Amino acid sequence: MKKVPILIIGFGVIGSGVARVISEKKEVIRSKYGIDFELVGIGEHNGCVVCPEGIDPMEAHKLKQEGALNRHPCWKSGMNSIDLIKEVGADIVIEATPTNINSGEPGLSHMMTAFNAKKHVVTSNKGPLAVAFQKLRKMAEKNGVHFRFEASVGGAMPVLNLVRETLQANDILGIEGILNGTCNYILTRMSTEGLPYEHVLSEAQELGIAEADPTYDVEGIDTACKLVILANAIFGMNVSYKGVDVTGITQITPEALKLASDDGYVIKLIGEIQDENRPRVAPRLVPKDHPLAVGGTLNVISLRTDLAGEITITGRGAGAVETSSSILSDLISVCEA
Amino acid sequence: MDLELKDMPGQLVLALQPISEFGGNIVSVLHHRDKKTPRGLIPVQITFEIDGEKLEGLINRMKSDGITIAQVGEDRLREKAIVILIGHIIHSDIRDTIDRIDSTGYAEVKDLAVSMPGVDQHSAARMVINATGEKEMQKAIQLLRDTAHEKNLLMIESI
Repeated sequence: MKKVPILIIGFGVIGSGVARVISEKKEVIRSKYGIDFELVGIGEHNGCVVCPEGIDPMEAHKLKQEGALNRHPCWKSGMNSIDLIKEVGADIVIEATPTNINSGEPGLSHMMTAFNAKKHVVTSNKGPLAVAFQKLRKMAEKNGVHFRFEASVGGAMPVLNLVRETLQANDILGIEGILNGTCNYILTRMSTEGLPYEHVLSEAQELGIAEADPTYDVEGIDTACKLVILANAIFGMNVSYKGVDVTGITQITPEALKLASDDGYVIKLIGEIQDENRPRVAPRLVPKDHPLAVGGTLNVISLRTDLAGEITITGRGAGAVETSSSILSDLISVCEA
Repeated sequence: MDLELKDMPGQLVLALQPISEFGGNIVSVLHHRDKKTPRGLIPVQITFEIDGEKLEGLINRMKSDGITIAQVGEDRLREKAIVILIGHIIHSDIRDTIDRIDSTGYAEVKDLAVSMPGVDQHSAARMVINATGEKEMQKAIQLLRDTAHEKNLLMIESI
């Protein structure tokens, strides 16, 4: 059995969700892969839990649910995550702090600190990747550690790992897809019910599908960030969020959706990278029988390749458990690399 | 293109060769041996794609080779695209928007459906554009993009 000490930085929905899934899948991971992930530290904005002998991930998850992580016996109030990453011995850092697409912080500093401390990084955080992708990649390389971020694009959908581990011999010629479940939900509901944008947006907010401030999703910013990650990781580009042409869905009307539908189309917010062109996010007409025409909150990505032709994957783009699936896949792949 | 060929060996090749020499792309050939004309000629129907400017030269060449051309039909606008526009479509002069495409000579607005939910509210329009070829369609779409940008309309293109 290979013991792998890990740190989780950012213990919100995703971070604590990962802890829960690690606990639930402990036996499977041990028997199938011979790996025992041992949580030795949790970093939060107001303090850390530090325990080199191992923290019970389920206990930490439950305390977090009750809003009482600071009652954990190993809680160190005021300790910051940078010190945790530097000082506590661990192989892998899971970075799951909130996304900031302007500065990338605090995730960016966490990742750089981890690389300098020769620790692998697995993350769901788009911010640092959208701001400083190539810099982070080079740092990881220089320090001889792995940098994995499957969970940052398309939640549960295995797109980066699919390209890296299964389509190795293919040239990827283009990528297009729906990368934001909130927008997909809104457009699907508007189309099927003939309801105006504002109405469906409030409905989505009540259901917790859209945030109180929906700007990030509905203006296409979230899709653009994911596109930046795909452009940099798969196409080896060096683009940031500012290098993407972005139009959101706020101007879409039920009348436009009806006109599209009458002619056999739906309207979807599509992120697209084709050849050397600038990555683009815009509402597009998609034939109803096209693989990209998925409804509800689903995400979908279609890869155009030279050998395999078109490959389309669809799945859930958000949610703590779904995102944890990608994070766990990255954790295992780092251990096996 | 409908041709009438003499019933002797080598006639079909004689008819097809100039098409490729003139850069044409043959899509289909229908050889109606069973439908001889009263003059004993065999009707042949050929469909091909060719640069419009080269068509006349091709026809002259075929005639000088002794081939009887019964009829030439042209489907000039082969490419089709659909877009949706949202905004003040009528008040930003929809006639001018259409004219800009139609006046290119290589593209036309073939169909238009407009939905106007109410005064002061944004209208939506579905526009079908036909063009002579792929490149021409790209140019027409770019022209419409620029027009939409200028008139503050949201243009939704197909994937």
